[in-house]
Amino acid sequence: MSLLSVTDLAVTFPTETERVKAVRGMDFDVAAGEVVALVGESGSGKSASAMAIIGLLPEYAEVSGSIRLNGDELLGLSDNHMSRIRGKAIGTVFQDPMSALTPVYTVGDQIAEALEIHHREMGKQAARTRAIELLELVGIAQPERRARSFPHELSGGERQRVVIAIAIANDPDLIICDEPTTALDVTVQAQILEVLKTARDVTGAGVLIITHDLGVVAEFADRALVMYAGRAVETADVDVLYRDRRMPYTAGLLGSVPRLDAPQGARLVPIAGAPPSMAAPPPGCPFAPRCPLAIADCRAAEPALIEITPAHRAACIRTEHVAGRTAAEIYGVSTEPPAAARDAAAPAVLRVRDLAKTYKLTKGVVFRRQVGEVRAVDGVSFELQQGRTLGIVGESGSGKSTTLHQILDLSAPQAGSIEVLGADVAALDRRSRRALRGDLQVVFQDPVASLDPRLPVFEVLAEPLQANGFDKSRTDERVAELLGIVGLRREDASRYPAEFSGGQKQRIGIARALALQPKILALDEPVSALDVSIQAGIINLLLDLQEQFGLSYLFVSHDLSVVKHLAHRVAVMYKGKIVEQGDGDQVFANPQQDYTRRLLAAVPQPDPNRR
Amino acid sequence: MSEPITTETATTAKSGVDVARFASRRALVRRRFLRNKPGVVSLVLLVVLFIACYALPPLLPYSYTDLDFYALQQPPSTDHWFGTNALGQDLLAQTLRGMQKSMLIGVCVAFISTIIAATVGTIAGYFGGWRDRTLMWIVDLTLVVPSFLLITIVVQRTRGNIVWLIVLLAAFSWMISSRIVRGMTMSLREREFVAAARYMGVRNWRVIVRHIVPNVASIIIIDTALNVGLAVLAETGLSFLGFGIRPPDVSLGTLIADGTKSVTTFPWVFLFPAGVLVLIILCANLVGDGLRDALDPSARPLRKARK
Repeated sequence: MSLLSVTDLAVTFPTETERVKAVRGMDFDVAAGEVVALVGESGSGKSASAMAIIGLLPEYAEVSGSIRLNGDELLGLSDNHMSRIRGKAIGTVFQDPMSALTPVYTVGDQIAEALEIHHREMGKQAARTRAIELLELVGIAQPERRARSFPHELSGGERQRVVIAIAIANDPDLIICDEPTTALDVTVQAQILEVLKTARDVTGAGVLIITHDLGVVAEFADRALVMYAGRAVETADVDVLYRDRRMPYTAGLLGSVPRLDAPQGARLVPIAGAPPSMAAPPPGCPFAPRCPLAIADCRAAEPALIEITPAHRAACIRTEHVAGRTAAEIYGVSTEPPAAARDAAAPAVLRVRDLAKTYKLTKGVVFRRQVGEVRAVDGVSFELQQGRTLGIVGESGSGKSTTLHQILDLSAPQAGSIEVLGADVAALDRRSRRALRGDLQVVFQDPVASLDPRLPVFEVLAEPLQANGFDKSRTDERVAELLGIVGLRREDASRYPAEFSGGQKQRIGIARALALQPKILALDEPVSALDVSIQAGIINLLLDLQEQFGLSYLFVSHDLSVVKHLAHRVAVMYKGKIVEQGDGDQVFANPQQDYTRRLLAAVPQPDPNRR
Repeated sequence: MSEPITTETATTAKSGVDVARFASRRALVRRRFLRNKPGVVSLVLLVVLFIACYALPPLLPYSYTDLDFYALQQPPSTDHWFGTNALGQDLLAQTLRGMQKSMLIGVCVAFISTIIAATVGTIAGYFGGWRDRTLMWIVDLTLVVPSFLLITIVVQRTRGNIVWLIVLLAAFSWMISSRIVRGMTMSLREREFVAAARYMGVRNWRVIVRHIVPNVASIIIIDTALNVGLAVLAETGLSFLGFGIRPPDVSLGTLIADGTKSVTTFPWVFLFPAGVLVLIILCANLVGDGLRDALDPSARPLRKARK
């Protein structure tokens, strides 16, 4: 008998106008010691499934089916009863470790609390000792001392370790991890996956991991369920899934992941369209509208999971057309990078020399005195050539964003020099600075935050034009042109940003940046907030735009595989300094520095054989 | 600016939906407001009331000072539609006269104080630095001045001049909302869309008008609607103490104050002026609601969890 068995689970969120069917008939088992992954894009129902298992869905959600843990039914238990199971038989690791921990208690106390709640007889001292043992188990150095730290005194990775320690404190039978590594840096991500493996080995628990990152699945999971529109569309052992996927959606998902072994400029395979509305799913296979292999039968009825081999099932009637073909073949697109004329002597459009930025640390309220300084950017030099892409890679806190914003500010830096299109920014007056702004534009990371929610799309795109003296008819003309360039429809212009999906919002952001026909585009992690299949479309768009308009990109990212696809040259930043700089292929194929090598090794690859 | 991009327009022009012009935000907001029936009705009602209180009195057989000794304390009739008070004054004429004062005071004070609050709050929050410090000193200073005493003294000197009343009431009712607006502005300033606008070369005042103000609009609008009521009540308080509007002139406040004494015995004396006051404030609030929904794209009558 398996540890956890879920049969025919359905979750519906009723709203006043419609019923959103988040999960529609999930069946799966998790055995002790096994790692099962629920993979899918946002809105596919993976989190709702997990929350249903631990009984943390909002009260108005309607849940049906059966969830059995060690043979006991969990659905329908009262909240009190569930509280005795949560934290004891089921441990949970959440996505954001900062909000998963209470800021006003020390981490030691929080682990001890998890123990004392379920073991009333356990004394304070015993709980404390055990908490320190747990901290040591999850790999925190000096556990006695760190147990007295508050969450804000720990780094992101350490906080996630504490959350894992709490999850395994009571030796659970099942550990549920909801996107455990999404909020973390790559190097930390790899460590946390190691800790989770240790946790599984120590407790012998089954692990249910929810993630959108196919690299994490390949590194960590034994078996995966690919979810789409509230259902599993393909289930298989991980190595089978990556070698011999049979569902077109899975093929597309794998094809849209940027890879470290692809050459610069290689296109990805995007899945056109967006997931269907879960309030009124279309008849037939929910993936049919986006599927390149769809035939009339696909739209007639929703296919059940069909057995291919005993451990491999796919909800598709055209699996034989998927087997053995690459994603690019299935989707009928070319991933080949276009043969670009390599112009090594292209003029430099951006030149940065010895740029430095320090923040003063002060103490005291009335009499501020300086107690030290933080060197956020410490003597950075690089050059960006016209029509090329410079990728700045680094973990959070490496100073890459500070560098970018220092350049975008177009004001004199604290030290060093910035030269944009041949003009030294320190020597600019107001007028020439405004003129230069048109040539240097930015696309932000979060498409939600970077668009004013109160402005319709037309006004968003018209804003830079109006600010630079375009009249009404030229503005209209240019806005129409921009919408076409980024692949949006004219009718979209009178809608508000909230009505668009994440990928579309990012397209609006790119259109706005292109409005003034800039020569340099600064990209601040433009795809990291997007789902993989959407991300692929944006990366392709950026590559196309560069080719079409000869743009120069300054690309800041922590995601090495995305940088690999886009960047001609790469600069690796660490603690405010550039530790390695060179041509993209060279840095990735033959890293010279230790830190670069560590960074590359930590990237989870969608290839289970690398384990 | 190297190459002209004209190839892309050809594909979009085929879509067929009016390609001539894009709707601007102003047009969209107006369209959304007009779709809100209660808001539109209230706005029309407010305008009608405002016009009526100036246009009707000359057409009535009685002015607000006339005494009809044959109808003392009479309930509403065909002669006196709103009835009369103990002196035989026609309540319809008096209510209209009162509305002239009260609507003027209420609307003007609400608008002036909200405009001050929005200006001070956004400037202090957006720019920070010395502007913030100076403006917040002024706010703190104004907060500790005993405003009610100051107003009574000045109003007494100016013998109930309505302009002074409006100016003073407005000058002492913007501080708290300006602090709220400042706080909201400070968090908006850090948002990426503001940074994006700045990097695009949009001038600071345009950022404030286009991005900051619409995003704090809900609080500003609610504040205005509430201030209409508060200003009328403040004027009532002053008049009750004998400072604001002097007899024989009347305002809704003085009428209500007079009427409260006989609310159970001669209810019309109280009910008509009070009803008009409630109507004005209700309309102001509904217009505010409509405007807020029109400005806020996420405000829709949907998505409430069924319990």
